[in-house]
Amino acid sequence: MDFSLLVYGDSGWGDEMLVGGLMTIAIATCSFLLGIVFAVIAAAAKLSQNIAFRGLATVYTTVIRGIPELLIIYLVFFGAGQLMRNVAVLFGYTEYFDLPVFVTGMICIGASSGAYSTEVIRGAVLAIPKGQLEAGKAIGMNKWLMFWRILVPQAARFALPGLGNIWQVTLKETALISVIGLADLMRKASEASGSTKEPFTFYFTALVIFYVITKVSGRGFVFAEARANRGVRRA
Amino acid sequence: MFSMKVISEAWPELVAAIPVTLQLTGSALLLGLGLALVIALMRLSSHAVLRLPALGFVDLFRSTPLLVQFFLIYYGSGQFRPELQEIGLWTFFREPWFCAVFTLMLNTAAYTSEIIRGGIQSVGHGQIEAGRACGMSKIMLFRRIILPQAARQALPAYGNEIILMVKSSSLASTITILEITGVAKKIIAATFAPMSVFLIAGVIYLTINFIVVIAVQALEVRLSPQLHRNRRSLRSRFITFFGNPTEPQEKT
Repeated sequence: MDFSLLVYGDSGWGDEMLVGGLMTIAIATCSFLLGIVFAVIAAAAKLSQNIAFRGLATVYTTVIRGIPELLIIYLVFFGAGQLMRNVAVLFGYTEYFDLPVFVTGMICIGASSGAYSTEVIRGAVLAIPKGQLEAGKAIGMNKWLMFWRILVPQAARFALPGLGNIWQVTLKETALISVIGLADLMRKASEASGSTKEPFTFYFTALVIFYVITKVSGRGFVFAEARANRGVRRA
Repeated sequence: MFSMKVISEAWPELVAAIPVTLQLTGSALLLGLGLALVIALMRLSSHAVLRLPALGFVDLFRSTPLLVQFFLIYYGSGQFRPELQEIGLWTFFREPWFCAVFTLMLNTAAYTSEIIRGGIQSVGHGQIEAGRACGMSKIMLFRRIILPQAARQALPAYGNEIILMVKSSSLASTITILEITGVAKKIIAATFAPMSVFLIAGVIYLTINFIVVIAVQALEVRLSPQLHRNRRSLRSRFITFFGNPTEPQEKT
């Protein structure tokens, strides 16, 4: 193993790997946040009285959780661009274009992350005592105010441990987006091992960087949990 | 969006890839379960020499992406080709199939060992002490008291792990193995009919996972004789897998 290949600058791949790592963090964060948006919508649908909404949300979570993410990535990568072009043709735009890889990856991993987060958020909402919402209604809060002041702050606290786990899963899943060409850590490691013929050195570096990101963000969630629970009395 | 021609042509090819996925997942799970048991026992050992390596292994494999592990073992081993040839291991590491099973095995062993550890730790202290008081040897205690209860406790979580492994086996397509996802990608790239191919491959994966859920639940009933009166109907199993949209949920 030749560690001089990892120096920062023109002669080494250190800077490329670092940029790749930042890209991984960026795509993971965006996918995770998009996943939460999906999850809030799906959880609301699952908790609604409307059977069609409940059915749709159930189909979403079951299908996504039962099918490999890689297959979903291939579907969106090959399918979404085609779909968008077909839509664009309807509006009279006939030039060829592709969906950016970042967006494709974000949609795929976000959809997957969202399916897992749905149950966490649904559970968190159900854990809030009914009396609190009734109290909110009794003092004349409207639905939005109740949502923002009663539901969100408490559900966030209940959901945090579960979301922490999902964040780690999401972060690890983003490595898959490299197969469709996103310039993330995995991709940089592949490029570097291709041109230096030292695959172990670079995949091992990628492994270490992923490990560090996972561990540091894990600590972050522990801190966030402690902060969210600072007003809660413990038995 | 769906083309009947592509569906009818892709269907047999994808069905032919099912055994590949099943063999890959099955062998990795079987080998991984054995390794996981060893690692779980090491994790619970009071000797740091046994405990710390197991801890490190589990931590490393659970904190890094499976794809990196795949590439590190399949492509990374090439960097040590002369050394591996010398000790005669290159014949294994050169084979994508071996590398895929090996990687999946290590990965599932790391996750499963935590599941087993939880199961073992859930067995009450009193029972172990009672076993000792009866004069059971360590092995008999493990076989008769700890293992049956730990298995029952760990089974639902292990069922989830099996489903995750069925999904993870799709990553083997990145190292040239043509299992369901690999074949699906090949057909999509050739026909440009992603939706049709996805539909078939998706149905296949969902069917496999549904069968896994039913099998795990049947095993759970077998392992819990005290619950035999609650024989579960196919409908209730269907509901645990797909959710129950017909029953109104509690309103908040």
